[in-house]
Amino acid sequence: MTKITSLADLKKKSEELKRRIDLREKSEHTENLIQIKVAMATCGIASGARETMDYFIEELDKRKIDAVVTQTGCMGYCYAEPTVEVKLPGQEPVVFGYVNTRKAKEIIEKYILNGELVDGIIPQNYQTINDKK
Amino acid sequence: MKDLSLHILDIAENSVAAGAQTVRIVIEEQPDQDLYRLVIEDDGKGMEPDFAARVTDPWVTTRTTRKVGMGLSLLQQNCQLAGGSLDIVSQKDKGTRVTAIFRLSHIDRPPAGDIPATLRLIIAANPDLHLVYEHRTQNGKFVFDTRQVKDAIGDLPLNHPEVLRMCSAFIIENLQQIGAECQTKNDFKLAENDINH
Repeated sequence: MTKITSLADLKKKSEELKRRIDLREKSEHTENLIQIKVAMATCGIASGARETMDYFIEELDKRKIDAVVTQTGCMGYCYAEPTVEVKLPGQEPVVFGYVNTRKAKEIIEKYILNGELVDGIIPQNYQTINDKK
Repeated sequence: MKDLSLHILDIAENSVAAGAQTVRIVIEEQPDQDLYRLVIEDDGKGMEPDFAARVTDPWVTTRTTRKVGMGLSLLQQNCQLAGGSLDIVSQKDKGTRVTAIFRLSHIDRPPAGDIPATLRLIIAANPDLHLVYEHRTQNGKFVFDTRQVKDAIGDLPLNHPEVLRMCSAFIIENLQQIGAECQTKNDFKLAENDINH
């Protein structure tokens, strides 16, 4: 296994990579893709959102599922961090709470692949203390 | 926050939220001066002087979802616990520079943590951001610049999982060469070599 120590190595590796993969322009049709947003504010990071996001990127790539994984700010559900919003094409986004890597696996296998809902959904009408008048 | 790499992810996120085009992260390890310095600098929208002065107060935040903001407060607390301090210089419409200083050998200084993981996730979430990461130790200096990486990878997207893995391996290799503190593991392999795929 060759090491990547310089930009030249990086260039060589990416040329190898280019020969293997077909480049899809993801940005052009994001509405047809699965979109995953990991809440990455202080509360999320402190609860392990970095591992969750890393896991989604790795696992979706491994399973060859076309998806955009990105981050968002605090959604106000700090008690349930790490929280993740999953939007399947043509459907309303769903927010899941307490998403560690185990939960992430369940979300991929059940919700993303089979459309089956899993436990831990944060209902849309949830209000934070600050919202309540 | 368990380690400094998580703080970096958190503070860099503030820069992105402030509309920064460029974020520069500099870490310096100076054993002869017993100094560990972390600087995060951006060209975002900056803060008004009175807001900048109050920003380490946990009851001050720009967010609207709730009334507390812990990011900078927690970093400041960690600095102070480790014989250091936090300094924030901000100019409205110019940008912000956050400097965190720790005593390198202090028992309460948080470990550096998985810095490559932090960097690859900042890249993954913000592929258009110009991110510069510089790490200096007694043994040398390493600079990671997403502009240089973009030149090297050509038309591959910077946030392609395989490119992220390559960037991570590149950073880890170089941090090891200069003896930088970093808690991570280098498990990079191109997918075709991976029997599990």
